[in-house]
Amino acid sequence: MIESLKNKDLSEMNLNTINLGPTHPATHGIFQNVLTMDGEKILHAESTVGYIHRAFEKLAEHRPFNQITPITDRLNYCSSPINNFGWEMTMEKLLGVQLPKRVEYMRVIIMELARIADHVICNSILAVDTGALTGFTHIFQQREKIYEIYEEICGARLTTNIGRIGGFERDFNDKTWKKIKDFVQEFPKAFKEYEALVNRNRIFMDRTIGTGAVSAEEALNYGFTGPNLRAAGLDYDVRVMNPYSSYQDFDFTIPVGKQGDSYDRYMVRSAEMWNSISIIKQALEKMPDGPYHADVPEFYLPPKQDVYTKMEALIYHFKIVMGETKVPIGEVYHSVEGANGELGFYLVSDGGRTPYRLHFRRPCFITYQAYAKLIEGSVLSDAIITMSSLNIIAGELDA
Amino acid sequence: MELNNAEYTKVVDALKSRFPNSINDIGVPYETLTLSVDSAEIKNIIAFLASEELGFSFLTDVCGMHYESTDELGVVYHIHNLYTNTRIRLKTRLPKSKPEIDSVTSIFKSANWQERETYDFFGIIFKGHPDLRRILNMDEMDYFPLRKEYPLEDGTRTDKNDSMFGR
Repeated sequence: MIESLKNKDLSEMNLNTINLGPTHPATHGIFQNVLTMDGEKILHAESTVGYIHRAFEKLAEHRPFNQITPITDRLNYCSSPINNFGWEMTMEKLLGVQLPKRVEYMRVIIMELARIADHVICNSILAVDTGALTGFTHIFQQREKIYEIYEEICGARLTTNIGRIGGFERDFNDKTWKKIKDFVQEFPKAFKEYEALVNRNRIFMDRTIGTGAVSAEEALNYGFTGPNLRAAGLDYDVRVMNPYSSYQDFDFTIPVGKQGDSYDRYMVRSAEMWNSISIIKQALEKMPDGPYHADVPEFYLPPKQDVYTKMEALIYHFKIVMGETKVPIGEVYHSVEGANGELGFYLVSDGGRTPYRLHFRRPCFITYQAYAKLIEGSVLSDAIITMSSLNIIAGELDA
Repeated sequence: MELNNAEYTKVVDALKSRFPNSINDIGVPYETLTLSVDSAEIKNIIAFLASEELGFSFLTDVCGMHYESTDELGVVYHIHNLYTNTRIRLKTRLPKSKPEIDSVTSIFKSANWQERETYDFFGIIFKGHPDLRRILNMDEMDYFPLRKEYPLEDGTRTDKNDSMFGR
């Protein structure tokens, strides 16, 4: 409740209560907010979450480790490869598996493509919510190109289940490399045009500057991470703080904003996409030769044709699928910089076939609790913009 | 336990001198400083960590645990000092008959929903929480699904016998 109304008798004020959601065309996902409105102004908001809760943490306790990767797809489904690799890296940390540089660089390329895909969605949908459909239809072509690259690598587009514990299931083929190189060439041109359409657009600026602003202290206290925290002015990025997958080999900057409003969040995401392109270029340039997976047959699922023709592969396949391999007892926390912030995996292993406990630190879930506070006192149309710019993904929110 | 990290030694020494009887077990599994602490003191310990002296200003994560072997519940906190880039994990244990612990929402607002989630799945009562309701599950639910005694599937089914496959 906003401060000035705390002591007033609300029953005399002729207020309306409206449900924004659970299914509302403007919220891009299953979000319910019960709003107490005075005309167009939001006096009080209450978020209800859990509409697509799928009990991932309970499911994970009943699945062998390699079968948890598809669960992580469904967290932030706009950038599933980051979740997949995050989980695989958690397992590799537990098992003490050292990956070849090539695998780490290949992962970096895919993760940065996923980050671009995610930010493209967020930024173009934000523009749509302010009334600019043209940019969105234009830039979505680029997301399609990224999905084609995923398709080439793993056969899937949205829920990718990409990679294995210990590396990739197969090496990138020539077509993949060509598609990645083409994308790095084509995307900057298209994105420049998009930025020319939107960045200094008067209507877009009027709608986003000052809406949903959050200070750095508040953002930190509310547990913001990723672009939302950086827009408020704090340069916390897991890729730099706790480098994983050889991110220390690449040269990139952490863009930060000042106001922490929707426009700053938009600008931070834009700048991050340019950084991602630069990281992909560096990775392509430095790409070392070598195997596409670590030499850990007791954890890395062997290729299917080997399972059918080679005794050893069959034995390891059986052992991995049946949970006969020895897994260390211990607890690991590993985090990656997801598209929306720090995506953490807290894994407790008791040496069994499945995790004893697996907890996902989902950035959207933690960020979204500030949403009701951010929109109180603003008008309804700004509430939509604020949600868009926070990039709340329902899959990650509800887990 | 050997702490081969100056930052860890500093934090542990400060905590030990302030709370001599509440820090039980110290370890560094997989490079994360992990302390088992007395659940009654958790709010004071986290407030002390979050103070300017130690600078652990970011609560990364709160989650529940069910320790099946002793049939205890627990809350695990991950806290991050962004200046020195130090992560610390605090583990508490609570008796299952009375799983109560102080809420840290007054220190970190981000704890609000995370504690609700922990309550929702483990039934841990956070004392002093402003709004302790279920969050992801429906309000009418009368059990706490992430506790180990609740099977994923209907326990009366006989056609799915998993006993040969590990757990």
